[in-house]
Amino acid sequence: MRQRLAGHSVPFLPPGMVSGFEFQEKHMFGDRQFAEGRMFAFPSHYLKGDGFMDAEITLRVDGEEHRLTVDTRTTILDALRESIGNTSPKKGCDHGQCGACTVLLDGRRVNSCLTLAVAHDGAEVTTSEGLSENGELHPMHRSFMEHDAFQCGYCTPGQIVSAVGMLDEVEAGWTSHATEDGENVSLSDEEIRERMSGNLCRCAAYANMLPAIKEVSDR
Amino acid sequence: MTATQAPGKSVGAPISRVEGHLKVRGAATYAYEHRLDEPAYLHPLQSTIANGRVAKIDASRAEAEPGVVAVLTHENAPKLEAVGDAELEILQNGEVGFRGQFIGAVIADTFEAARYAAGLVEIEYEERETDADFRPDRDDLYTPEQLNAGFEPDTSVGDVDGALASAAVKFDATYTTPREHNNPMEPHSSIAVWDEGELTLYESTQGVYWTQNTIAPLFGLDAEKVHVISPHVGGGFGSKGLPHANVVLAALAAMLVEGRPVKFALTRHMMFSVAGYRTPTIQRIRLGADAEGKLSAICNDVVEQTSKIKEFAEQTGTSARMMYDSSNIQTTHLLAALDVAVPSWLRAPGEAPGMFALESAMDEMAIECDLDPVEFRIMNEPEKDLESGLPFSSRGLVACLREGAERFGWDGRNPTPRSERDGRWLVGTGVASSVYPVFSMGGNAATIRADSDGKYVVEIGAADIGTGTWTTLGQIAADELGVSFEDVEMKIGDTKFPNASGAGGSSGITSWGSTLVEAARSLREKIEAEHGGNIPDEGVEASAKMPKNPHRKEYAMYAFGAHFVEARVDEDTGEVRVPRMTSVFAAGRIINAKTARSQFMGGMVMGLSAALHEESVLDTRFGHVVNHDFAEYHIPTNADVGELDISWIEEDDPYVNPMGSKGIGEIGIVGSAAAVANAVYHATGTRVRELPITPDKLIS
Repeated sequence: MRQRLAGHSVPFLPPGMVSGFEFQEKHMFGDRQFAEGRMFAFPSHYLKGDGFMDAEITLRVDGEEHRLTVDTRTTILDALRESIGNTSPKKGCDHGQCGACTVLLDGRRVNSCLTLAVAHDGAEVTTSEGLSENGELHPMHRSFMEHDAFQCGYCTPGQIVSAVGMLDEVEAGWTSHATEDGENVSLSDEEIRERMSGNLCRCAAYANMLPAIKEVSDR
Repeated sequence: MTATQAPGKSVGAPISRVEGHLKVRGAATYAYEHRLDEPAYLHPLQSTIANGRVAKIDASRAEAEPGVVAVLTHENAPKLEAVGDAELEILQNGEVGFRGQFIGAVIADTFEAARYAAGLVEIEYEERETDADFRPDRDDLYTPEQLNAGFEPDTSVGDVDGALASAAVKFDATYTTPREHNNPMEPHSSIAVWDEGELTLYESTQGVYWTQNTIAPLFGLDAEKVHVISPHVGGGFGSKGLPHANVVLAALAAMLVEGRPVKFALTRHMMFSVAGYRTPTIQRIRLGADAEGKLSAICNDVVEQTSKIKEFAEQTGTSARMMYDSSNIQTTHLLAALDVAVPSWLRAPGEAPGMFALESAMDEMAIECDLDPVEFRIMNEPEKDLESGLPFSSRGLVACLREGAERFGWDGRNPTPRSERDGRWLVGTGVASSVYPVFSMGGNAATIRADSDGKYVVEIGAADIGTGTWTTLGQIAADELGVSFEDVEMKIGDTKFPNASGAGGSSGITSWGSTLVEAARSLREKIEAEHGGNIPDEGVEASAKMPKNPHRKEYAMYAFGAHFVEARVDEDTGEVRVPRMTSVFAAGRIINAKTARSQFMGGMVMGLSAALHEESVLDTRFGHVVNHDFAEYHIPTNADVGELDISWIEEDDPYVNPMGSKGIGEIGIVGSAAAVANAVYHATGTRVRELPITPDKLIS
């Protein structure tokens, strides 16, 4: 039996939010019984009579506003790909381990496969498609093409968004594992390699991404 | 380079990928991304036992879940034709042959509902004992009838035992390579739709016709009733070559909801159980040489693994048959058939693990003979292909070794292990040779249409899995038509275009390119003969099949290469870093200098990955891979790849095909793991014969 208990008020939740506990079945371990489940939180107006939870949210994607109804289990990645029809970010592992789904969420790079859509009502999402302006490719797009910084192209939109987000992080002075002097963050080859290592590429175009990214950062 | 190419000058130019502008934006359409009305979503049910049968399956809770459309099990699955392929003939009974095998599916209106409801299906099994323990001392090892690509399992020339007994220098060691998974970044994906007895598959495949020809007989259909659409493929590396059961599952599910598209993408976890992988290998290499270092005996005895439900026999020992000169050469292959998933192609099946062992052994033998490993290889260069007895159409190994040594700075190397250090890092260098056959595949045809405005449309059901086909085929066609590259439009990746073989065995350009050259010649002749040399207003087209290559019986055809690696090993932790790698290839004429370099590079790094990272760990009790995701199955990241110096020698080979090209998709991976292992030995004095070279093997 899938059951949901909802509507409990928990002190740390923001106003208008309620919490619930969802449990699926009971397991026996020795003579003890356990319910398998999870805590969840959601705005109180999302509650519907049948217990099946959808939520209405707004996402601003690549400059365009989308009002959509999502299952509360839906990630931003799946909302983009399956509801909005923006397949620029890719699903490579569904675990936050490959980076193919990277988007800028309110300006910061995130793995959209690990980000629940319902938790980001009103957010601004930028995909690689949205880096283009007025039909013109972004300099990072052009540099990746010129340096052949991809082969199959599947990880590529995530790599490009990640590269653009990464340059902003360096600009803001964020340090990385490769940073030697925390006061002065400079964009060495080692810094680029380290900061781009959240995005896997099985075709192994890494050694072409490096000059592609450097060329853009040098401008 | 994006400038206009002069007519006849496209081949060889570093032209950027024509579909690049789509790929960088994420606008290239991969299989799962085709927009179709009201799709349903599939989440599979996978066996949690490795051997037995499904005794009871209760889908009632799943069926009651909101959004669920249907639950597919062996109890309600449509019947498939018996084609003799137990990997593909799923859901025809409750039998289970490996853990993770598909035993059903939930089809729902949303991805989330399908995934959730799949967890609600209750399955009971009758379990039989699991036999998944791969050991060379099993008493049930057997010799397969033939190896992958049709090679003989066992070969023997001369008298290896006699030669070894009388050799001045003898070498005998055993190497192992682990189970490895292809893991293209795009998971295997399908959208299946049935409409009036015809099946359309939007598919992630290395060959639309390979998919068509495999799937149609299963459903009792004529081939043309199965339409396969695959314009862009997010990598394959062999695992999307021969279709796996995921395609069948999607097509079966779509039958339950006829007219409605069913979408199915494997999760990364599933990629480790149903999408093919490289068998683990155990290779005993024996070498004999005279006092000067001339080889007198070469022997590779291979033990590897297959699945009980379907045989795949990797051709691991074949490169030992032709790589170096010796009067006495022997290779054998034995298989263990286990309750495990079905192995298949992974980039350079055979050569990749086989050349790790042979090229490691050649390094060890050079040391035994007190010779430089580059010179040792060169002095054992054969004059002809010892397996077939034919001369080589071209053999550039020596040139690659010499050129690579020069570029890398090999001369003056101190051969003594542990002779160089940089702080806590032990520094070493290593070399290894590379080889890959020039394969050609049959069943190719192409159509080229000329329009009166001077534009040409070229159609062939070829594949681009990241290999650059969209661009390179256009270059070949443009040159043969005598027009500029920009005037040629390619159409590939769809069974609505003429029949084509797939992207496998590095055979694509040889097979498709030869066909395009023939079609272009036909078109030019037609324009000349029927239209006085002018393209008529209504346009004109010509088709051709791939011609037979008469030189195939006259020459042995291979590409060669040489890898040079610098390895640095942390003396305390055993961490291995590879700051630089130089590789030189002899692969005939290079069609596109930009995309070719990327293909070589991808292979080299996958070899580096095999050397240091990749290993699928099987729990022999349950027959499943425990490290089944990217957190635990490691592949290189950007930070793991150093400076790569990639080049090729000029090679004019008029025999391989009309372009003079050799396939380059696989040669980069061959030998590169051995070059790393040899460099690690030189750095540390520790010889690791078991891949991958993880820190524990260097600090114990």
